Amino acid sequence: MGVMNQESNQNQTPSRFGRAFIALYNVFNFIGRFFKEAFLPPYEFKELMKQCYEIGYRSALLISTTGFITGLVFTKQSRPSLSEFGATSWLPSLVGIALLRTLAPLLTGLIAAGKVGSSIGAELGSMKVSEQIDAMEVSATNPFKFLVATRVLAATITMPILTFYTAMVGMLGALLNVSVNEGTSATTFFQSALESITFLDIIASTIKAILFGFTIAIVGCYQGYNSSKGTEGVGKAANSAVVTAMFLIFIEEVICVQIFSLFNS
Amino acid sequence: MESKPKTDLSTEKVIEIRNLNKAFGDYRVLESASLDLHKGENLVVLGKSGTGKSVLIKIIVGLLSPDSGHVNVLGQSIETISYADLLELRLRVGFSFQNSALYDSMTVRDNLEFPLVRNRRDMGRKEVDALVEEMLEAVGLLQAINQMPSELSGGQRKRIGIARTLMLKPEIMLYDEPTAGLDPITSKEINKLINDVQARYHTSAIIITHDLTCAKEVGNRVAMLVERRFDRQGTFDDIFNAGDAQAQPFFDYNFIR
Repeated sequence: MGVMNQESNQNQTPSRFGRAFIALYNVFNFIGRFFKEAFLPPYEFKELMKQCYEIGYRSALLISTTGFITGLVFTKQSRPSLSEFGATSWLPSLVGIALLRTLAPLLTGLIAAGKVGSSIGAELGSMKVSEQIDAMEVSATNPFKFLVATRVLAATITMPILTFYTAMVGMLGALLNVSVNEGTSATTFFQSALESITFLDIIASTIKAILFGFTIAIVGCYQGYNSSKGTEGVGKAANSAVVTAMFLIFIEEVICVQIFSLFNS
Repeated sequence: MESKPKTDLSTEKVIEIRNLNKAFGDYRVLESASLDLHKGENLVVLGKSGTGKSVLIKIIVGLLSPDSGHVNVLGQSIETISYADLLELRLRVGFSFQNSALYDSMTVRDNLEFPLVRNRRDMGRKEVDALVEEMLEAVGLLQAINQMPSELSGGQRKRIGIARTLMLKPEIMLYDEPTAGLDPITSKEINKLINDVQARYHTSAIIITHDLTCAKEVGNRVAMLVERRFDRQGTFDDIFNAGDAQAQPFFDYNFIR
């Protein structure tokens, strides 16, 4: 019976291969359900806005600090190598490309996996074990639409914004270092940094950020939504949400780099 | 303590369960279980913890699927119902959870509004507010309207849980252990509330409990879940005056005899 929970799976004890296959099937089913529920009315706009605020605005301070320090340290560490060849004037370009192509999306993704992924996993996990999700279900409300679709959409929308924000703050960190050491003006720094950035870099970064945001939220929601065994299960859901999302982000980064390098060559 | 009036068994059946089987792995919970709920009655389901009482009502609302057997709720067969029809059916069947299951991140007002604004989209703001206030008044907690669930006591949470269930004006109420974990005085208040709901909103109800005081105060009829079946059904006095070896320890423990 398709409409019921998948608890019927508990009635048999499948082999390890069988369990892995069922888990994979459930994951794809979950993703498929997201695409089915997220774009069909009724829409949960109020909850979507709330989640955008929670995921986006509430992560801004942490991301600002990390982005600024990364820009500053990256510039400081790169200077000695470039100065050996008398090429310190290339620092703005180097930092601009590194931040936008890889550092900003990856850094934002990893921070969001820790902060947002764990919070989604724990929140939904605790709602699951305290029967709040069942309570939505029995009041003829679609908890998937309210809890999962909104969080995944919010993360997917806010991650590109956060990524470009990280890149910008990182550039400010780099500017501080360059202007103190080289006396370069802000105008010259940004002109030089932005000249080397191509349209493809921006597209690639946006696609990666969308992909990372989707991954973080869908993993967090999946782990939380399917958690069991009381408070222990909530802890496991939060932990798995972070570990799995970080692992997937690295895999996606490698795949994206390979794909976009084909367009660059 | 007065027992409630007997159910008129000639009235319409709103829930019909026949030969229901449910197991979790090798652990069989229900086996050829059959039970009816008649219109307007409060049916108490008694049984030891872990015997499948909650499983029964979760099957009725489609949260769990039966392994085999037939469950008919308000004319709809649960085994073959489509998701759209199940949602429609859930509007007519209220479920009050053992731990209340209030939404932690929402105020009492938002908790009560939650099912209403999503299922009665034609209702205006004023109508929603009026209904929220009516239900909170019915459970005697109007003053808690802007409080968070964490600020409420166990008894208050149960009342708010019942009020939230009543928001959709269901025809059937399913109460899962309504007095579990409450002191005797608060339990008595909850029992009174269950009877008030029955009288005021003309609901039919299944009350899952192992509290015999609750069973006697709210039940028109009692069904005892023993060895995975409901072989013992009748009024409270029918069951506990019969000297049944399975029922008697229950009675003796609850009334300290």
